[in-house]
Amino acid sequence: MTSKLRAPGRSIPRTRRQRKLAPRDRVVVTAMVVIPALFVIGLVWLPAISSVLLSFTSWNGIGSLDKIKFVGVQNYVDIATIYPPFWPAVQHNIIWLVFLILGPTLLGIFLAVLLDKEVRGTRIYQTVLYMPVVLSLALVGFIWQLLYSRDQGLLNAVLHTQIDWYGDPNVNLWAVLVATGWRHTGYIMLLYLAGLKGVDPSLREAAAIDGSGEVSTFFRIILPVMRPINLIIIVVVVIESLRAFDLVWIVNQGRNGLEIIAALVTSNVVGEASRIGFGSAMATIMLLISSVFITIYLRVVMKEDKS
Amino acid sequence: MSMTTVAPPSPRATPAKPAGPPRRRGPRMLLQAFLIVVSVAWLFPLAWAVINSFRNYSYTTQHGYLSFGGFTFQNYVNAWERGNFGQGFLNSLIITVPAVVLVLLLASCTAFVLARFNYAFNLTLLGVFLAANLLPPQALLIPIFRLYRQIPLPEWMSDSGSLLGSYWGLILINVAFQLGFCTFVLSNYMKTVPKEIYESAEIDGASVWRQYWQLTLPLCRPALAALAVLQTTWVYNEFFWATVLIQDFKKLPITSSLNNLRGQFFVDYNLLSAGSVLVALPVLVVFFALQKQFVSGLTLGSTKG
Repeated sequence: MTSKLRAPGRSIPRTRRQRKLAPRDRVVVTAMVVIPALFVIGLVWLPAISSVLLSFTSWNGIGSLDKIKFVGVQNYVDIATIYPPFWPAVQHNIIWLVFLILGPTLLGIFLAVLLDKEVRGTRIYQTVLYMPVVLSLALVGFIWQLLYSRDQGLLNAVLHTQIDWYGDPNVNLWAVLVATGWRHTGYIMLLYLAGLKGVDPSLREAAAIDGSGEVSTFFRIILPVMRPINLIIIVVVVIESLRAFDLVWIVNQGRNGLEIIAALVTSNVVGEASRIGFGSAMATIMLLISSVFITIYLRVVMKEDKS
Repeated sequence: MSMTTVAPPSPRATPAKPAGPPRRRGPRMLLQAFLIVVSVAWLFPLAWAVINSFRNYSYTTQHGYLSFGGFTFQNYVNAWERGNFGQGFLNSLIITVPAVVLVLLLASCTAFVLARFNYAFNLTLLGVFLAANLLPPQALLIPIFRLYRQIPLPEWMSDSGSLLGSYWGLILINVAFQLGFCTFVLSNYMKTVPKEIYESAEIDGASVWRQYWQLTLPLCRPALAALAVLQTTWVYNEFFWATVLIQDFKKLPITSSLNNLRGQFFVDYNLLSAGSVLVALPVLVVFFALQKQFVSGLTLGSTKG
């Protein structure tokens, strides 16, 4: 927005301003950047790089650092061939992603479009729908347990069944996904609604004058204009699906039908047998996938920044 | 109803529906009905927890959950005592407050430099910060775990003797992870501050720090408030790092202690409901009291206010 004001003649004020900085100011400016950067680099980027490096080694995590042995891509080969939970986990993460996109994400967008109109009570509906967003996913898992429990859950009482919704490996992934979706829908609705509010009203007026119906206006005009938000939402959903952890950990620590990559990494580190190289290799796979989508995200928000 | 029939609404109020064909009542009713159904469904899980948290366990065991009656407040008393809630909330407070203050302070520093000066590294720096916010935390677990165990802390700072298992370690990692998002939002906000203000401040001889502290920060109060609300809920809700970095049950923040609660409460689901409601209460209070800040904080990042 305001960066527009600055864009022309960028180089002139830069040189002028930088020459003016007094030595003391220069120290202050440096500290204002370096101290926060130390946090981000020291506690996020260096560990991330270390994970990648460790993935090519074998190490039990307890011994000193000189016990680390370089083993090439052996960890990756092992994961793909002799580590039974890996492929189910990949499959579950993909199901997670597809479900979130086709279910809660589309529903959230649909609700945002509906609520963007001047519907009576729109504020109340919005509040109700995004209320679960403030709850932690761990707590969401707890709250849904009251519906899912085999003996005392509401679902079984109503359906007259005896299904252990969180325990049965045939259904527990779906049970967890529904609970996640409860929270995810409101989040997407909120993001999309904010985007819709930013759409220039004259666009819709022009479309209406042309005799375009509401549905076709949305698909022909609003959706293309919302491209940055659409991309951000896709990135958010992918990252959320990849990072999915809390809910599964609270149910059964990611076992028995609920294997997911994030939980496998965690149990390889904090569990009884700590296999550092193994866990790191899976962590690296997570990093690789996320870096693709983070790049997309950065390109979207930074581009917006410059224009 | 009056909205749909009476008075021509001003074009600003209803941009979606400019004077086009006359409105039909049918679709509106259908829309309302759909929204009501969805809203009730969305309220239900939490409402169910609230209702059952007030019911006597032996009553619901005998009559089933679809019955009515057996209301009591005792579950809350029991949950509070047996679940160690006092300590849990205190731990959450000890972690959340310093983390949020530190995140906002550090993020606003970097954001100020990014917005105030045109350095060549600005874009790269912002990218490095923002990307860090999106990395999967599990991917950093191994090095962080190892690093934290290596760093010794004196006894008065942590009884575990190292960063691992201390409040400090948890605060630091929360700060590191949230910095990117806050810096991004704040620097966008600070760019709306007109340059002329700084120029006149410079003529008055104000140092960079004074410009930041006395000019920019007060102007950013709305953004800081929104981020403070959002970050408080996020850090309070943080589950993963607390679960893996804190081993001592007594030091767990409330969200991560949920895992232990289930064992403590065994199969008494009414007690479990009461526990859930207690954990949800602080964030729900924040949500209803400061809804505007919460929503604007969440959407600032994606749309630039």
